[in-house]
Amino acid sequence: MTWFLRNWDQVALALWEHVTISLTALTIAFALSLGIGILAARRERIYAAALAVAGFLYTIPTLAFLALLIPVVGLGRTNAIIAMVAFSLLILIRNVATGIRNVPADVVDAARGMGMSAAQILARVELPLALPVIVAGLRIAAVTVISVTVVAAYVNAGGLGTLIFNGIASDHPPKIWAGALAACALAVSVDLALATLERRLRRTRV
Amino acid sequence: MLADAWHYIATHPQQFATALGVHIAMSASALALAAAIAIPMGLVAARRAGVALAAINAANIGRTLPSLAVLALAMPILGTGFAPSLVALTLIALPPILTNTIAGLIGVEPDIVDAARGMGMTARQILRRVELPLATPVIFAGLRTAAVQVVSGAVLAAFIGGGGLGDFITAGIAMMATPLLLVGAIPVTLLSLGTDFLFGTLERRLTPRGLA
Repeated sequence: MTWFLRNWDQVALALWEHVTISLTALTIAFALSLGIGILAARRERIYAAALAVAGFLYTIPTLAFLALLIPVVGLGRTNAIIAMVAFSLLILIRNVATGIRNVPADVVDAARGMGMSAAQILARVELPLALPVIVAGLRIAAVTVISVTVVAAYVNAGGLGTLIFNGIASDHPPKIWAGALAACALAVSVDLALATLERRLRRTRV
Repeated sequence: MLADAWHYIATHPQQFATALGVHIAMSASALALAAAIAIPMGLVAARRAGVALAAINAANIGRTLPSLAVLALAMPILGTGFAPSLVALTLIALPPILTNTIAGLIGVEPDIVDAARGMGMTARQILRRVELPLATPVIFAGLRTAAVQVVSGAVLAAFIGGGGLGDFITAGIAMMATPLLLVGAIPVTLLSLGTDFLFGTLERRLTPRGLA
């Protein structure tokens, strides 16, 4: 605790790095998944193929994935972000596709009957109705990405994991405590925040 | 690079076999321990709606905790080595098994339980011959998630001296020796995919006929 009070700026900096890396990865993963998920919602074969590939990527152990990328992209943040994007695809694509598929066919029919184009139906009917399911996916993906970022400190990506690894290397428990507890707190609070958002969205729609 | 990795395994068979053995032993015991704790806990918790909800909420929080943070926290408390890693991995495996055990039991149709009661079955018989078989696919789905998480988490045990295949990866990164890194990364990826496949098959096999 005294270590934390004396070095809170160090922890805050690591936390900031952690958040920015996670957010970058999540944004890229979300943009990709939105595109793939929309296509997958329309075609069963794309859905099956996308989920098979994403499922394979998801099963690879985090550290192994980061390690396998080293010969290709070397150490650092790029490596970590590629790994995180790969890990979040499964959950995000699945939820985008499921969300769109769960929109009742009559609602889409009604929109078509009102003269909306396919693009308008997607933007103004399907995506808004799919939003709670998409946010549910984002919630799991965000927690996954935060968790991967901790490990990514080992390939020099920065973030709270740096404190943990420095603490382990120099046998300095307060540093381990600060890094690990801050990472847990970040994951839990992001999860709760997105859970609240999801609940709000479900209540206002339908 | 791959040839170099293969050459390393061929020239250090003992080292590789030990690491693989430790990795599998650590993962399997963590999963077995977690199942032995979480399944009975789930059976008890599923009986009361309030307890079930509290247990699921607690498990959800447990699930969000980063694996490496849990393993790292085991070190200042329990020290380094196999045992602290085992404890941490068991904790990591608990939430998915607990959640799915409860969800599986709650998901059994009340009519079916009523019918069994009407046939004169005792509460115990209903649990063993009706509720558990019907909940098995969901429980196995939880075991599958937990198993993959544990195999993946066991790689990180290398950081707290737990051994396993992660040792090759950390050594490979430290020395910037790609072949050595592959000696850890490729087998552990295969192990993880194999575990997922194995539990997926078990899940399908154990689904009672007529379900699914």
